[in-house]
Amino acid sequence: MKPVLAVEDLTVTIGTRRGPAHAVAGVDWAVQPGQTLALVGESGSGKSMSVLAATGLAPRTARVTGRVHLLDAELTGVTEERRRRLRGRHVGFVFQDPMTSLNPVLAVGRQVTEAAEEHLGLTRRAARSRAVELLDMVGIPSAGQRVDAYPHQFSGGMRQRVVIAMALACEPDLLIADEPTTALDVTTQAQIVDLIGDLQRRLGTAVVWITHDLGVVAGIADTVAVMYAGRILEQGPVDAVFGAPSHPYTGALLAARPDPTADGADLVTIAGAPPSPLELPAGCAFWPRCPVRGDARCAHELPPLVPVSAGHQVRTFYPQPSDGERR
Amino acid sequence: MARFVIRRLLQSAVVLLGVTLVVFLLLQLVPGDPVRVALGTRFDPQTYEALRARAGLDQPLAVQYFDYLRRALTGDLGVSFRSGRPVTAIVLERLPATLSLAVTAVVFALVVAVPLGIVSAIRSGSLVDHAARVFSQFGVSVPDFWMGIMGILLFSGVLGWLPPSGYVALTDDPGRWASHVALPAVTVGLVTASILTRFIRSSMLEVLSEDYVRTAEAKGLRTRVVVSRHVLRNALIPVVTVVAVQLASLLGGVIVIEVLFAWPGIGRLTYDAVAARDYPVLQGAVLLVAALFLLVNLLVDILYARLDPRITVR
Repeated sequence: MKPVLAVEDLTVTIGTRRGPAHAVAGVDWAVQPGQTLALVGESGSGKSMSVLAATGLAPRTARVTGRVHLLDAELTGVTEERRRRLRGRHVGFVFQDPMTSLNPVLAVGRQVTEAAEEHLGLTRRAARSRAVELLDMVGIPSAGQRVDAYPHQFSGGMRQRVVIAMALACEPDLLIADEPTTALDVTTQAQIVDLIGDLQRRLGTAVVWITHDLGVVAGIADTVAVMYAGRILEQGPVDAVFGAPSHPYTGALLAARPDPTADGADLVTIAGAPPSPLELPAGCAFWPRCPVRGDARCAHELPPLVPVSAGHQVRTFYPQPSDGERR
Repeated sequence: MARFVIRRLLQSAVVLLGVTLVVFLLLQLVPGDPVRVALGTRFDPQTYEALRARAGLDQPLAVQYFDYLRRALTGDLGVSFRSGRPVTAIVLERLPATLSLAVTAVVFALVVAVPLGIVSAIRSGSLVDHAARVFSQFGVSVPDFWMGIMGILLFSGVLGWLPPSGYVALTDDPGRWASHVALPAVTVGLVTASILTRFIRSSMLEVLSEDYVRTAEAKGLRTRVVVSRHVLRNALIPVVTVVAVQLASLLGGVIVIEVLFAWPGIGRLTYDAVAARDYPVLQGAVLLVAALFLLVNLLVDILYARLDPRITVR
């Protein structure tokens, strides 16, 4: 099957006062129709930036190279005007903080259907009834009245529902969810996760879910890519990656998940901090923090991404044996 | 809404009361005796005492003040020491000149500053942006009276396009009014335009980095729509305050410019009243300016609530 969105050897370099920052240093990933790809990693690992760059939303100071395919279109080297026409129409976005991602002086209904007015040529009247329909679809009570309300009149969770309605206004083929639950409180988080999953099944939308919450990933994703310092360290079907993590980093991440049953136990952490994007090391970026600590080769040579099983790839010279083999 | 306006008007009355008291007391501290000044070389003790008694200046201060207030409430602000005419009439007849100058200057400033500020923010770092910054630096640094003099020298001296000074009422002859208002309005407006350009630019830049602007871009909206519907609407809200403050201060009369261009407005009146120690006129002028200031601020608050749905007036 042809992927909805695929990037090949994508790099994003951002010019800063202290030199070029390598936010994304060559990544490949693809999301299949109707499926969910989870991009996981720490803050600054390049997960958001790779998606923003692929869709033409990278900051103006960023230099993007590599190839991007959206549906049948090749996005590499096309004009911003062409990318703009695809954005919103075929790709919808849900951003992290619903408190700031809505325009405070525009009624929510108007914001929800703006994209449909632009791309599908809806009249203002048609747009309004479509807005009510969409708000109702995302579970906003008495949508008919709320359509004229302003963002400040909604709670955080309700605002995120508005943002989801907005992203789905043109029934896009792909939904980008950039940490959509991070800014919400825990009870609301689960509702938003369920809502997106539910709408995905109903509309057949593919989803790229950017998150650092591994618990969410296990529940919703089909495939997962673990990013670190602008590169993918491990990717594959979620069962394979989480069931048999092959990269020491993935293993450490999974071990660092808080265990609600372990009463009073200390949280497990990964010592150290990721390298600065201003000076990525020549070898494996995780090497200084790696629990395996291979050899000089790790420090000087970049490990290639190699397959360990069907569709499961890992970037390390020392793939970890799965639990079964270890025993 | 009606309750808000009524409450604000009552508050304004209290402020105006304070203004009368402060101005009244300040005038007592100013050296120089207005009656003596008015008499000049014709001074003799008998006329002096008679005039003082007629103006009520021989009464105790408190009596003078409450007397003034009592009459002010009926619209009687006393009579001019110099001309003997009622102060209310004198200040009101100066209002159209100042009003037309101030409004023209602000309109000119907006016409220049809004496009310049917008382009300068959207194309920040470009040639236009640099030019706009030089312009606003120039506008705020160069004194307005100097610009006024240069304007007179160029446009009326060298080119002969515009009259150097004077005033024609808008209602008498709109064409000649326009030719007379052009130079003073542009002179004053350039300063306002410089301040506004800077402010609009920084306000736009701030809004451009907001998350909701990225949301708008993510929807694939045209740049024009993103800027007008999402950036501009938010960026111009704080600009309203700055425009209002500018307008209010221009309504107070631009003394130097009105004197320079022989513009018979409130500023010129204030200047003349100070020079002649014509205290009733000075008091009346200050009171009128304070009232205009309060009125503009009330209008801004109402406008604010219309522009920003997060604000409600109650």
